[in-house]
Amino acid sequence: MKTFVTAALVSVLATSAAFGAGHSVRLGTEGAYPPYNFINDAGEVDGFERDVGDRLCELAELDCTWVTNDWDSIIPNLVSGNYDVIIAGMSITDERDEVIDFTQEYMPADPSIYVALAGADGPGETISAQTNTIQAGYVAAAEGMTLVEFANPDETVAAVRSGEADSVLADKAYLDPLIEESGGELVMVGDYVFIGGGIGIGVRESDTELKDKLNAAISTMKSDGTLNAMLEKWFPGHVGY
Amino acid sequence: MFEYCSNSDSLANLQWLACYLTTLKHQSLYWSILTVLLLLAVTAPLAIALGLSGALARRSPFAVVRSLGWGYTSMVRGIPDLIFFLFVPLAMDQLLEYVRHRVLCPQETGPVWIGHDFVVCSAAKLPLGPSPEWVHDTYGFILAVVAFAIVFGAFCANVIHGAMNAVPRTQLETARAYGLSPRQVMLRVHLPQTWIYALPGLSNVWMILIKATPLLFLMGVEDIVYWAKELGGTKSARFSDFPHGDWRIYYFTGLLVFYLLFTWVSQIGLKRLTDKVSRGQATMAGGKGGA
Amino acid sequence: MAMTCMEALGAYGLRSLGMGQRALPKGDEITLCEQVILIGSGLIWNLYFAVLALAIGFFIATALGLMKSSDQPWLRQPAAGFVFIFRGSPLFIQFFFVYAVLVSLPKIDASLTLGSLELGFSTRWFTKAWLGALIVLVLNTSAYAAEIFYGALRSVPHGDVEAAKAYGLPPVARFRRVVWPTLLRLAWPAYTNEAIFLFHATTLVFFSSFPTWRQSGDALYYANYFAEKTFNPFVAYPIAAGWFILVTLILIALFGTVNAYLNRHIAPGERRRVRYRPQFMR
Repeated sequence: MKTFVTAALVSVLATSAAFGAGHSVRLGTEGAYPPYNFINDAGEVDGFERDVGDRLCELAELDCTWVTNDWDSIIPNLVSGNYDVIIAGMSITDERDEVIDFTQEYMPADPSIYVALAGADGPGETISAQTNTIQAGYVAAAEGMTLVEFANPDETVAAVRSGEADSVLADKAYLDPLIEESGGELVMVGDYVFIGGGIGIGVRESDTELKDKLNAAISTMKSDGTLNAMLEKWFPGHVGY
Repeated sequence: MFEYCSNSDSLANLQWLACYLTTLKHQSLYWSILTVLLLLAVTAPLAIALGLSGALARRSPFAVVRSLGWGYTSMVRGIPDLIFFLFVPLAMDQLLEYVRHRVLCPQETGPVWIGHDFVVCSAAKLPLGPSPEWVHDTYGFILAVVAFAIVFGAFCANVIHGAMNAVPRTQLETARAYGLSPRQVMLRVHLPQTWIYALPGLSNVWMILIKATPLLFLMGVEDIVYWAKELGGTKSARFSDFPHGDWRIYYFTGLLVFYLLFTWVSQIGLKRLTDKVSRGQATMAGGKGGA
Repeated sequence: MAMTCMEALGAYGLRSLGMGQRALPKGDEITLCEQVILIGSGLIWNLYFAVLALAIGFFIATALGLMKSSDQPWLRQPAAGFVFIFRGSPLFIQFFFVYAVLVSLPKIDASLTLGSLELGFSTRWFTKAWLGALIVLVLNTSAYAAEIFYGALRSVPHGDVEAAKAYGLPPVARFRRVVWPTLLRLAWPAYTNEAIFLFHATTLVFFSSFPTWRQSGDALYYANYFAEKTFNPFVAYPIAAGWFILVTLILIALFGTVNAYLNRHIAPGERRRVRYRPQFMR
């Protein structure tokens, strides 16, 4: 924000010379979904996807900048060109594929799980999920369940803690650390739910060149073992490639 | 920030708090207050300029301009400001890109709204893809400013229109009797008087403007609401040196206090200004209409 | 596959209340009718919030206005403080703050049996928009309206009150029959504006903390939904704007009728019209 304010001030003073710098790719992420992506204490994007993204940019020789955007409007803002890439734990689905394009997956499909307060005997009736996620879509269509939508992943879990929702449905990899840290307050209930495919990088449908570069880089990371190492670092015990 | 912060495991309560409140992430929150102030500083003059144009348009001799002025001043009555805040940035962006697409890429004649996609050639993109980071940020901020200026310009137009009608007719007639042209009457008598009558209303618009600034959050700008929500959320020890539970209530209390102080100080400042201007008015009553 | 307009009306006319078709329109199939109907359906929420908040807030505001003009500091100061807090801070932040407070309340379910009628109550309701957001809106409009009533109370001609005293009217009757009608008449134009702004402010509810249940939201929630699904802001938002203009016009007509009633004893030429008075805007 510091750079942003100075930038805004500079822009008032300097009118031209805006389009001079070298080719850069803007990586859009949510910044609120640890361990996938989050803002660390230094105010920077951190997490699994930070590692993956930085390595991909290195391999594809791209000059990358990280930007954060609300999950809710993350696809429209990609399409409108606010950034060039979505790397935000986004499952590849048909519905999204109609609007944007995906690279090959850089993380194998992760099951979704229900998490409730200790003592619950099932997912219950009122399920919280983040707006516009595959989980929200799943609960919205499920019989006998009521969807409570929140804008942030954090709020979906807070709703369970406060008793507002019976359980939360989200990616297992997101909920696992929270269960672990809760000291028995939160537990997994019910069975695994398999909803989405693997996680891929979203690009505009017209950006085929960028997509090819990223695909090549992901293949390299898969074959040289660096991707597996990152998966193991951020998601201990997760299936790799 | 502080020396002892480098070893966050062994901190006593107060030291912990001092370190916590000065993390780079918290500094982002403090800097974002400047974003709010910048928005106010840029929007206020723009809104007054738009408001004056709107009010003058309503007095135009041309019926078309008059009805445009009427439409502009009336729209904020019927339509919630939030609709403008969500609509204007998106619409402005698409309109600008559409125009650039038609001008810069005449060879592409296909539709730009295809299904649920909006496709323009890469030369028409705003900002251009390879632009540096600050150009993107500034562009987003400018779109937000435009949305604010349009809405608050309409509020100002209402105030200024009312104030122009409140200027005593006799003064204007006297000016005309002295042989001043309509333009001179407007510039030397009518407008200078208008500001005095408009001041209470404009003060009110300023207060509404302050209270509308947190809506920047809904336009995707990383403002104080964004950072308060982000910082207040539960932080686990795995991803932060300062783990804590759900502290959003404290951060929102902070925001509430910030805005209360801001409006309170503004109110005092505006009261002083009004007093000062009315004093000037009393001496001007002698007949010096000019500015 | 696309629905006809009548089908859309059946499927989505009451969707905002959770009735009708569960799945919202998606993909390329979204029709203009669906957008108009679903956004219009969301308007039920805006009307619900506005009507109840204004109805309840009116009485609280009257009490607060009277308290604020009282000679007794213990009445005056709490009222002034309340008005200061709710008028001095953004409604948007008030939603976030109050929600955070309400969420931390203990969850208690209680029920009360009155004969054959069983009344249930749960503190869980507070975190739902229909109650939690309504409380915020009630408090907010009470503060703004209290300031309007307070201002009007101070403009009630002193002679009227003196005359009532001279006629020997007791204080309660003096207030009810002399002060109150005049106060209302003086305050009405400004109160009309407050009502319009409150109605518009109800669009904030589902954009602040309050979660949507079963994707049942207000007009702007659905407009935003469509704008994001179709990636075209030029259809959904103007539809929402059209709905709001329509209801605002009805609101103005209703308040204008009340104004005419309040001013019925005054010669038509001297009546104060309900005008847009920006200096009284919230």
